[in-house]
Amino acid sequence: MQLNTRRSTGLVVIDVSGEIDLASSPQLRTALLREIKELKTPRVVLNLNAVRYIDSSGIASLIEGLKASRDAGTRFALFGLSTMVREVMQLSKLVKVFEIYDNEEQAIAE
Amino acid sequence: MEELLAQVGGTVSGGLQYVGALAELSGRAAYFTFIGPFRGKPLRIQSSVTQAMEIGVRALPILSLITFFIGLILALQGAYELRTFGALNLVATAVALGMTRELGPLITAILVIGRSGSAFAAEIGTMKVTEELDALTTMAIGPVPFLVTPKFIAMIVMVPCLTIWANFMGILGGAVFGVAEADFTVGRYIQASLDALFLRDIMTGLIKSLMFGVTIAAIGCHEGLSTGAGAEQVGRSTTRAVVMSIFLVVMVDVIFTAIFFFMGPQ
Amino acid sequence: MQQVDEIGPSTETMISLRDLRVSYGTREILHGITFDVQRGETLVILGGSGSGKSTLLRTLVGLEKPTSGEIWLKGKNIAAISATEMDQIRKKLGMSFQGSALFGSLSVGENVALPLREHTKLEQSTIEIIVRLKLEQVGLSGFENYMPSQLSGGMKKRAAVARAMAMDPDILFFDEPSAGLDPIIAAGLDELILKLKKAFHMTIVVVTHELASAFLIADRAVVVDKGHVVAIGTMDEMRASIHPRVRQFLNRAPDPDVSEEMDYLQMLTEDNRPGSKSGDKRGA
Repeated sequence: MQLNTRRSTGLVVIDVSGEIDLASSPQLRTALLREIKELKTPRVVLNLNAVRYIDSSGIASLIEGLKASRDAGTRFALFGLSTMVREVMQLSKLVKVFEIYDNEEQAIAE
Repeated sequence: MEELLAQVGGTVSGGLQYVGALAELSGRAAYFTFIGPFRGKPLRIQSSVTQAMEIGVRALPILSLITFFIGLILALQGAYELRTFGALNLVATAVALGMTRELGPLITAILVIGRSGSAFAAEIGTMKVTEELDALTTMAIGPVPFLVTPKFIAMIVMVPCLTIWANFMGILGGAVFGVAEADFTVGRYIQASLDALFLRDIMTGLIKSLMFGVTIAAIGCHEGLSTGAGAEQVGRSTTRAVVMSIFLVVMVDVIFTAIFFFMGPQ
Repeated sequence: MQQVDEIGPSTETMISLRDLRVSYGTREILHGITFDVQRGETLVILGGSGSGKSTLLRTLVGLEKPTSGEIWLKGKNIAAISATEMDQIRKKLGMSFQGSALFGSLSVGENVALPLREHTKLEQSTIEIIVRLKLEQVGLSGFENYMPSQLSGGMKKRAAVARAMAMDPDILFFDEPSAGLDPIIAAGLDELILKLKKAFHMTIVVVTHELASAFLIADRAVVVDKGHVVAIGTMDEMRASIHPRVRQFLNRAPDPDVSEEMDYLQMLTEDNRPGSKSGDKRGA
């Protein structure tokens, strides 16, 4: 899994690529919690376009990110979910819990 | 005659096999205690502490009571003989030596067998019968590091500790007699006991108690792991664990006492 | 050496057995089993008591060593690998035991968390979320602090499934999922298996003697009898099978009476205790 951070005022877009699994999800979690809790970025957007696979630990890490952003009063959004990722989200009944957009324009628009 | 010899041979080889299995299990537990932590397999400290509480701390009240009376009995028995020589003041020496060299370690071991050796066999045996051991294996969690090693660690630490306490309580039991019947004050009795003891006496007792701990843990766990199918087998394993432990603890006692005797000052 | 042996079957074949033989002591239980399971498939292993189906499952997850033959799991022959390699494979296998095999000294949540605690470096908070996700998937939301002894039989089995799924396994094995459950609870478990199959495209192997359950969940079935595979195919093919043993099993017909008088006399007079004790117990 690779993370690439693009920063602009009040907004950070994190491009995730590869597989989010037991081995890599702690890295994603750390990155998310750092943006939300430490840097207090008002808006964190996750680009999942290039994510081929996500397992339960990946989903759990996203949930932790969402919880942290709710606690901090910031926004946390996802976009570019592949069929696989969307299916996993659906199974865990999380599609309605997360703020999910089709593409980056929608995700960063007000 | 030939048949008899064959039978004796069979029993001996069976016994050696059993001891071999115990040694193998102890070796594996030792691996996970001393070498595993350096190879990325952390010790289960939490689990070891829980076991140590169960083996050690919970045994204290009953162990105190028993060894106190054993010390008193030792004093009475010793005094019965010493009285005829007018040497009642030697009763402190007799109790101190008897407790630290022999009865402290042995009584502690027997109590630990009854409380914990049997519990090991029952716990692991039940897990075998209910497929919990298989479940551990299919989850790639080894039963030896997960279940057996914490029990070994707890035993090796707690049995010598309990033995020290047992020695103390025994001497206290003896003191009751000493004060009541042999013109000792408590302070003088304790002093007489300390004077009678060499570090050597205490150490040989503790070395034995350490070996007892290993023996009890090995047998309890081995009997648990080799439990057959069915709930009644758990009962069998538990009984076997107790009987074999008492027997082998006495054997270990004989061997080590003999070694200390022949190695000691002539 | 054949080409196939070196590279193994294709990766889409999750499980591949080649002439698998298993013995307890001198008694051979499985006499040369051969079949494949594809990715995403639900295979049901059907057989009566003593047919060897449980032994087959135990061998598949590495609890029994085969005497000969090959077991390919995801391209690795587990009959010929080291214990360390086997443990690596096991982390991606889930097994739900007949009696649930939950650890009685741990709460339901701790049971599910155990493999994650043992094998991953995930934070405690992440593990807790995974545990809740898994319990939700098996319909046990809110039960993480219960002890196994406080759960009913059906709930225990569901909790065991949640534990088996903790590491997101590629293959899920079930040993007699409906054993000891009343028909309604058993149907609930079948439904759970169907849901997992649809939702996660998981490869599932179920050992059972429950025909109704097999008809509901199986893509394909293997009928095992006396240590041999007597039929393999879809449930429709099973229905159409003319193999006497399959017909007998499907029609729930008892074994025919001993016909030959001499056989009967022999049965009554000769000692036919099995040679191996453990084999007798595990033969089911």
